[in-house]
Amino acid sequence: MQLGFFLKEALRGLSRNSAPALAALLTVMLTALVLGVFIPIQQATTGTANEVRNRVVVDVYLKGEATPGERKELRGALEDTTNVKSVDFISKAEGLEQARRKNPRAFKDGAALLGKNPLPDTYRVIPEDPGKVGAIVDRLAPKEADGVRVPSLAGIDEVRNKEEDTEKILSATGLVKILTAGLAALLLFASVALVANTLRLSIFARRREVEVMKLVGATNWFIRWPFVIEGVFVGFMGGVLAVLLLTIAKETFIDPLADRFALLAAPETIDFPLLVIVLLLACVAVSAAGSALTLRRFLRV
Amino acid sequence: MPSTRTRKAHAATRRPQATRATPVVEMREVTKVYDSGTVALERASLKIGRGEFVFLVGPTGCGKSTCIRLLLKELEASAGDILIAGKKLGDISRDRVPYLRRNIGVVFQDYKLLPNRTVYDNVAYSLQVIGESRQEIRRKVPDILRLVGLSTKLHSYPDELSGGEQQRVSMARAFVNHPPLLLADEPTGNLDPETSIGIMQLIYRINRTGTTVVVATHDSEMVDKMRRRVIELREGHIIRDELSGLYRPDESTTEFAVRLRGEMGVGPEGHPN
Repeated sequence: MQLGFFLKEALRGLSRNSAPALAALLTVMLTALVLGVFIPIQQATTGTANEVRNRVVVDVYLKGEATPGERKELRGALEDTTNVKSVDFISKAEGLEQARRKNPRAFKDGAALLGKNPLPDTYRVIPEDPGKVGAIVDRLAPKEADGVRVPSLAGIDEVRNKEEDTEKILSATGLVKILTAGLAALLLFASVALVANTLRLSIFARRREVEVMKLVGATNWFIRWPFVIEGVFVGFMGGVLAVLLLTIAKETFIDPLADRFALLAAPETIDFPLLVIVLLLACVAVSAAGSALTLRRFLRV
Repeated sequence: MPSTRTRKAHAATRRPQATRATPVVEMREVTKVYDSGTVALERASLKIGRGEFVFLVGPTGCGKSTCIRLLLKELEASAGDILIAGKKLGDISRDRVPYLRRNIGVVFQDYKLLPNRTVYDNVAYSLQVIGESRQEIRRKVPDILRLVGLSTKLHSYPDELSGGEQQRVSMARAFVNHPPLLLADEPTGNLDPETSIGIMQLIYRINRTGTTVVVATHDSEMVDKMRRRVIELREGHIIRDELSGLYRPDESTTEFAVRLRGEMGVGPEGHPN
């Protein structure tokens, strides 16, 4: 096809119309940046929450000062509770060892960073029917009127159901997610509008060319292509810039920190190359949408 | 081609290809009312045969330009049918309009040249945008620019040319693909009489190659000198259609016309009657 011609015309349009094009490009870049941060956060949080939710066990944390007698009594009581299949005892040391196995990078020095082992002695209760795990928790630590659970047996510090951890993680990150999603939506809207505006100005700057093209019988798509290329180019460049910035941020901040902080390293998130592709596609889609919007309104040929 | 037997007798005597029965342009009871309510054309009917040279005359606002724009399907008729080479414009879909326009050359009073391109590029551009190959463009453009007499100004920009030269570029662009129909909307409107004659000569030469030419003009001097078919419009009505008319029918300049044709090297055979 006449690809060379289209490219040349598109570049001509861009160079003549560089200020609005730059504005559109930067907005697209910002959108891509926000998306690029938002997608991994979203995945990390929901991923962790789901992983936790899948392990249906009830952990009964013991008070540090619980006497052996209390412990024995508690164990018996736990085993007598309905729907309980088995009860395992996990000591402080075992708990740390398990954590180290699950995430060797974060715990490679054991609890040295923390000074002492913060984990409590734990009875891990495995339910017969995972669906009714809530009933066990309610029995061991009934909910008071104000929603706070109070243990029913002596020696229990806290009863933890992973279900509740999940809720906590989700509610803590929910607000962050909503805010980022809102910001991304706004920026998306701004990007479409700015790309549309850029093309509108470009069409205006080249109205004589368009007029001549119509007169001599250029087909509609022949007239449109340079503008579409122009819009998509702006979007693509915005995406490329954003990806560059994200790469730099990842290399300089996230990667070194990931060695030290379990939270950054642990969650399963989208692969970086895949994220790059998604972002670039999104940018191109956004700018194509903006182009289509303008061409429909201002280039009826 | 549908054959509506409407042979133009005078055209048939002159050129063999003019015997084709279908008129190049036909308007049947065409009415055009703009959105503002202005009636630009009212029940206008006309037929223009192949190879004819027609002047569309009348004062400003009488509907000449509307006619031209209707023929290009830039506007849609409010009522009535317009046919080009036997095909109703109303039946041509939006995406076929470009192909219609490739068969119609158009020239305007304001030339409509691209100021940031050279003469050569202006003409080449119009070929590029209809998808001509580079090879064809390199062959056709110098040819047509030689025909309009601008072979020495290939690389000048429009603002370095005189009005007449700019109009020649615009003529070259309109005729580079040798369309069967050439429309000119006030082609000499911005030019002095001497320059106008040059442009008219060019249009005449184009007509002589068999191209049907419709010139909308209020250049009475030119119409009177050329003695061609004249269709006069007034307030949207066709009030006169004469085979070799004057701008105003009460002026007699037959002798002058003969002399003019002699000057132009056309010869007395230029028109029957």
